[in-house]
Formats: sequence, C-alpha cells, structure tokens
Amino acid sequence: MNTTIVLFLLQDGITNGAIYALLGLALVLVFAVTRVILIPQGEFVTYGALTYATLASGQVPGTAHLVVAMGIVAFGLDLIMRRRTLRLALVGWSFLINIVLPAAILVLTLALTGKDTPIAIDIALSLLIVGAIGLFLYRIAFAPIAHTSVLVLLIAAVGCHLALQGIGLVFFGAEGQRGPPLSNAAFTIAPLRFSGQSIAVYAVTLALIAGLWLLFSFTLYGKALRATAVNRLGARLVGIRTALSGQIAFLLAAVIGAISGILIVPITTLYYDTGFLIGLKGFVAAIIGGLVSYPLTAIAALFVGIVEAFSSFYASNFKEVIVFALIIPVLLLRSLTTPAVDEEED
Amino acid sequence: MRQRLPVMLFALAMAAVPFIPGMPPFWIVLLDNIGLSALVAMGLVLLTGVGGLTSFGQAAFCGFGAYTTAVLTTAYGLSPWLTLPLSLVVSGLFAVVLGIVTVRLSGHYLPLGTIAWGLGLFYLFSKLEFLGRNDGISQIPPLAIGSLKMIAPDTIYFAIWTAVILCAWLTMNLLDSRTGRAIRALRRGHVAAEAFGIKPPQAKLLVFIYAAVLAGLSGWLYAHFERAVNPTPFGAEAGIEYLFVAVIGGAGYVWGGVLGAAIAVILKEALQDYLPYLLHSESQLETIVFGMLLVLLLQLAPGGVWPWLMRRLPLKPDRKSTDPSLVLPRRERPVDAGDALLRIEHARKQFGGVVAVNDVSFGVDAREIVALIGPNGAGKSTTFNLVTGVLAASGGAISLLGRTLRGASPQDITKLGVSRTFQHVKLVADMTVLENVAIGAHLRGHAGAIASMLRLDRSDEARLLAEAARQIKRVGLAAQAHMLAGSLSLGQQRIVEIARALCADPVLLLLDEPAAGLRHMEKQRLAALLRELRDGGMSVLLVEHDMGFVMNLADRVVVLDFGTKIAEGTPEAIKANPDVIRAYLGAVA
Repeated sequence: MNTTIVLFLLQDGITNGAIYALLGLALVLVFAVTRVILIPQGEFVTYGALTYATLASGQVPGTAHLVVAMGIVAFGLDLIMRRRTLRLALVGWSFLINIVLPAAILVLTLALTGKDTPIAIDIALSLLIVGAIGLFLYRIAFAPIAHTSVLVLLIAAVGCHLALQGIGLVFFGAEGQRGPPLSNAAFTIAPLRFSGQSIAVYAVTLALIAGLWLLFSFTLYGKALRATAVNRLGARLVGIRTALSGQIAFLLAAVIGAISGILIVPITTLYYDTGFLIGLKGFVAAIIGGLVSYPLTAIAALFVGIVEAFSSFYASNFKEVIVFALIIPVLLLRSLTTPAVDEEED
Repeated sequence: MRQRLPVMLFALAMAAVPFIPGMPPFWIVLLDNIGLSALVAMGLVLLTGVGGLTSFGQAAFCGFGAYTTAVLTTAYGLSPWLTLPLSLVVSGLFAVVLGIVTVRLSGHYLPLGTIAWGLGLFYLFSKLEFLGRNDGISQIPPLAIGSLKMIAPDTIYFAIWTAVILCAWLTMNLLDSRTGRAIRALRRGHVAAEAFGIKPPQAKLLVFIYAAVLAGLSGWLYAHFERAVNPTPFGAEAGIEYLFVAVIGGAGYVWGGVLGAAIAVILKEALQDYLPYLLHSESQLETIVFGMLLVLLLQLAPGGVWPWLMRRLPLKPDRKSTDPSLVLPRRERPVDAGDALLRIEHARKQFGGVVAVNDVSFGVDAREIVALIGPNGAGKSTTFNLVTGVLAASGGAISLLGRTLRGASPQDITKLGVSRTFQHVKLVADMTVLENVAIGAHLRGHAGAIASMLRLDRSDEARLLAEAARQIKRVGLAAQAHMLAGSLSLGQQRIVEIARALCADPVLLLLDEPAAGLRHMEKQRLAALLRELRDGGMSVLLVEHDMGFVMNLADRVVVLDFGTKIAEGTPEAIKANPDVIRAYLGAVA
C-alpha cells in the first residue's frame, strides 16, 4: 500500500461520498417534513441521469410524458377530494399546476430536443421533468395518507419505488447509459488527476448544502418546513399548509436526486435499477446522521464513500457487506448512548 | 373455545383442498407459496403490527433457516428432520445478536437498521464460498416420512400448511396471555408498561426472536420445497415484500398475515399471467401495476384487508368469562393507621438550571389520603415521577416502608406496592377493558411465553382475569368490561386506569388528576371508592386541580408552588392559609 493508492482511493471515496451526502440530505429533508422514508429517492437519481442522457442523445425521454400523465391523475384527485368545496379559483389553480405546467414542460422538451442542444438546456429540462415528477408523486401517493403512521407511509414508499423502477425499465430499457460530462477540463496535482466532472461534484454538493442551510435558516418557507417537521398539527394551526410543505420537500428531494444522477452519469454507466443501491448508501449516511442532522449526514456520507472505496480495493467481494455492516456499530453506539424516549404510535 | 372452531374449520378445509377432483396442480403450488409467505408474515404481525417494531430484515432470517438445512443436508448428509431444530436455533441465535443491537432503537431507526443489515446479510449469502456464492446450493434432499418423499407440491403442501396452522394457533395463544398483553402494551410507550412491571426490552427481544424463528421455519420449508437455495429470495426486496404482505393483510391480526400472503401471491401471479395479454407488451409491467395497486390499497384501507373484512362480518366480539371464586394471594400491608408508609425527605430535581422540585419533604401514612395541589408548573407531576422511579432525583431521599428507593427502577417500585395512573390516559385502545386491567396484575402472574403458547398458562391466566374482573366491578365498570378501551369516554378511561392500578395489589395508590374529565356524579362515586379503599387499608396520594373534590376527600393536603412546599395540613387549615391563597389568586394589593 503506497501513498498514491491511498490518495487515489480517498479521491474516489470523496467523490462517491459527496453524492451519498446529497442523497442523505434529501432523505433527511423529506423524512423531517413528511415522515416518509423516501425509498424512491434512488429512482429520482436514475430518472435524472437517464433523462439527461436520453436528451443528450437527441431523443425525447419517456419521463416527459410521465409528467403529463401524473399531472392528469393529480388533477383528477384534486377534483374528487375537493368536490364539496369546489370553487372556480381552486379549479383554475389546480388546472394550472397539474395540467398546464406539465403540458408546458412536455412542449418545451419536444421543442428543444435535438442533437445540438447545449448541455445546460438538457440539464435544465431534466431537472424540470424530475422535479415535476417529485411534486406529483407526493400529491398522488402520499398527500391522501399523510396523517397515517410512519409504517404505512413507508410501505407506500416501497410501492412507489416498485412502480417507478418498472416504469424506468419501460422508458429507458435494460441497457445502461452514459451521459456527456459537464466539463472536459482536467488537471493534475502531484500524482492525482482531477477531472472537471469531479470538481463539479464537489462544487455542486457544497453549494447545495449551503443552499439548504440558507433556506432553512433564513427564509419563511424553510422555517415553515421545519415547523411542519416538528409538529404537524401545530404548524397547521398557525396557518402553514402542510400539504404544500410536503410537496416542496418532495420537489427538493427530486431535484437533488436528479442533480446527483446528472453528476454521476458521465462517470459511471447507470441502469434503470442502479439508483436503488445508490439511494440505500445515502440511507446508511442518513441513519448514521440520525435522520436529523444535516452536517452529520454529510460527514457520514463522506465516510461511507471512503470506506466503500477502500473496501472495493482490498476486499471487493465484500464491499457491500462492509458498507451496510457499517451501520451496526453506529446503531449500537446510539442505542447505548441515547436514552430510550417514550413515544407513542399515532 | 370460541376462537378454536373457525381455526379447526379452516384446517379441515385446507386439508381437503388437494383432494378436490380436477384441482389444477398449479394452484397447489400457489397455495404452497402462500403458506411459506404467511409464516413469515405471521411473525411480522406479532413484531410490527402488535409490538410496533418494523423489520425489513425478515427475509434474511428465512435465509438462515434455508441455508442451515441446505449446508447440513448436502455437505454433512444430515436428515432434514434433524436440521429443523437446528435451522430454528440458528435463526433464533442470529435474532438474539441482531435483536440486542436493534430492538432498543426507537421509531424509524429500527426499520432503517433492519434494511441495512438485511442488505448486508444478502451480500454475505452471495459471497460466502461454503454457501455456494451466487449459485447457492442445489440437490437438497426432500422431506420424507418413511418411504413417502415429499417431492410433489401436493405432498409438501401438508407439511407447509400444518406448520402455518400450528403456528397461527401458537401465535394466537401467545397473544391471548399475560405475555401477549405485555407485548401489546409496548406500542403505548414504555412508561405505562414499566409502571406495571413489564420489561419492554425483554418483551421486544422476545417478539423479535419469535418472528425470526417463524421466518427460519419458512426458510427451512422453502429449502426442501424448492430443493435448492440461492441468495435472491433472501434479499432486501423480499424483506420489503414480507412487510408489505403483513400490512396489506392487516398488520395487527394473525390471520391478516395469511390473508395478506394470499392476496400478494395471487395478485402477482395474476398480473404476470394476464398483463401481457392486456397490454401487449413484453416488459415487466407487473411490478409497475403491483406498486400502484399497493399505493391505492393503502389509501383505501390503511389498516389492511382483514379488519376491513371482519367489520363486515356479523361476528360477536370475544367475551371472556371469568370465575369470581379464583383469587390471587395479596401482599401484607401495614395494619395501624398512622404508620409511616412513604417518606419524601428534601427531594430535589433539577433540569439543567430549572429546579422543578426544590427540597420538598412530606409523607403519606398508612390508611391516609394525601392530596398534592398547586398551580400549573408547581412540580406536582415531577414529584410523582420521582416517587414512581420514572425520573431519578437530583438529591434527597425517598423511602417506602423504611426502604430507601435510591436508583430503583419503576418495576422495582411497583413490586414494593406502589401503583399509579397517568395524567394522560395510557391504555391500549384496541384491547378490551378486561385485558387492559389485567396488565395491572402482570407481576402477580408467572406464566411465560412458551407456557402461554402451549396453553399451559390457563390456571394462572384465569386467576389474573378473575382479579381484573373483580377490580373492574369494584370501580363500577362491570358493564363495560368487554368493550374496547378506546371506545370509552375519557372519564371512564381514567376509572379503568384506577382499576388497572388496583390490580397490582398496591399499598400506595398514586393518582394523577383522577377527577379530570369526570362528571359530577362520577366524581362523587370516585370519592366514595377512594374512601372505601382507604378504610380497607390502602393509602392514596393524588394530584388534583378540582378543589371541591380534594377538600372533601383528602385527610391532608400538601401545597407546592414553583417547586417548593408552601403549606401542609388539613383541608380546613389549607383553605385558610394566606400563602396558599396568594399562590392561587395572586398577592392581595
């Protein structure tokens, strides 16, 4: 074992860890606001990555159509749920969000798709599409059961994961895809070669963490989200629309997932089902972070990435075992140090 | 008795199924799969639905059971019947190790923790050389009785369904027992359970092991049914699916697990068969539809299909009859009025910089009703929690019958004869009043889990239920004994809590705002009951805001304000005490 290898593995681990950190943060965010343990987070990653790759190859991704379909379902749900208090303004607003917005996204995608579209536009379209999917996913699958137990929400999340993964297979096929890198620049410091892509990974991760911190500390919406997380009923009583908080959380999580996907798809080939495993490693980080602390989650994610890099070098067969077994000592430590809290099923 | 008849009918019906002429063999295979899945789901019902512990890792325990028998029968030539206990033991031992690490985790840590080790174990199965890596182990011998080899799906069918029905019976027995009530009380939080001597970590570990052993049994059967094992059916996705099976069926019901397994297996099969025709497509559409149906089903029936179905059947709730002649031994109690019972000396509790209880001293004598009053935030509930061992005092001494309660756990204090009610009612809403009250007698019974499963606990159980019925009658709720506790009014629920506390045969009864939410007549009846208890030799310490109630009832009143005792004396003296008036009404200008 020499320094070069160590440095190389560290670099690799930090790059992966940064992605896990993003996913871990999204999981913490969604859990805190909606109590949903977001198993489909991995699908946001694959959808983002493969939508971007498809767009870059000059084709229209199926996800653009999915947005429209989900919008129609959401509109239908809105009409049925609010049939007693239906007012023209409400219907109009719902129509705007659920029908006009997805249609606009689809039209925009159809219009802009082509071989020579700049990468920036492909990225923007991918984020729009996946963000809208996140928004509608909450509206369709979770908003009607938002008051139920964490367990029911968790099972619903599993259902969403299964459905979205299957849809992913239909849209993107069983073959893996790669996307064009954000930048082809590269430079070398001592033995290490830094690609523009990996620099982008670090920069985007840092920017998003800072952005989330700013959002939650200094904006009214961020504070409303936190209030919903602490006490749903209390938040409603002071006039926060908790359903809206849930949609915002899902929107953010979907966008973060899509960004992670777009960041890694130039580095590794992604398949329709790759996201699940990546998402689960984000989980490991989120659990180590205790599902509450953003900085702890980010540090834990880097740690997970580094452990993964080293174990894939020294014991590649047991890479996954080691990564997932990491959690056991952490849980043990937590169970010994934190006193049991008295909590009741809701 | 009442429960046994439908189970026997079901067993007979299942036994007859393979003999139906023209039964497609494929259906038998489906039933085999349903049975295998139902075994795991039944464990999850106990673990998740009843005990409140969500596990995604059950598939891994199936794996332990399956791989144990696969290795031992192929590499060492052991008989499958010999490996059955070994498979169960291996699953159980791993459950002990993983359970010690995980069951203490609260809330959402637990399911996430189980996902993690579930995945880790899956990768371990697929990488270990002696488990055959990704290819697994094949050529596992079939189960055999004499010369009858259970190779065909319709012969192993009997082994599988015997196991299912036997396990359902054992599980139902377990739930309907002293241990079962302890498990069911877990979901109401550990403070209430501990107050009656239940040890939540032990009860949780017990259900964890039980669920793992059932999964191990399913794995053992699976290995001899497929006669080959590989890691795929023991991965995270399978673990998720088992949980889904339990939730769909109705996570709180033993038969919900079986029903859920049937729904899931048949639904998947139907989707796989018919979807391609409907949609003319080759892709794996069934996962998509499966996922969507799952979300839809949860929106329509979040509690699962079994309770939904039961509500639509004209079934009467199970009414347990109790035998009033059975009695439990009672503890010795101090005879003379005026003997010191509880002594609180310079008790102090600090939360950071806040002194919630500041140097408070008072006592409760035998056959005495003492009321602890004071404005909100005076430290009354904290004092209560110090006496019951829920909180540890920062200083001072508390003693009961001359024994110092330093560092005693709530269970220890209950054993010494102190029992309590809660300011916020802590009953198990989906248990009957009788069962709730019987939790109070937990420490007075002795039957363990295994005795309960095998119905060897019946004499013990009958005495506990008789005691519970007696206390319910004493507090005047005999007519409601078989109703669900959650269906009672708040006032009645408070009375149920008193009956539960009485079931522990206390020498000192601690009541936290017993009169809140009661109507005038109910308050008078409660006061009469408490006087009667005092005259029967019991002491009562109560926190109460209703001054009329307190002043008519208490022998002595202790007044706290801002954590400090400001007065103590007879009701008349307290009513005239200027400090008390100032604390309640503010300073007179």
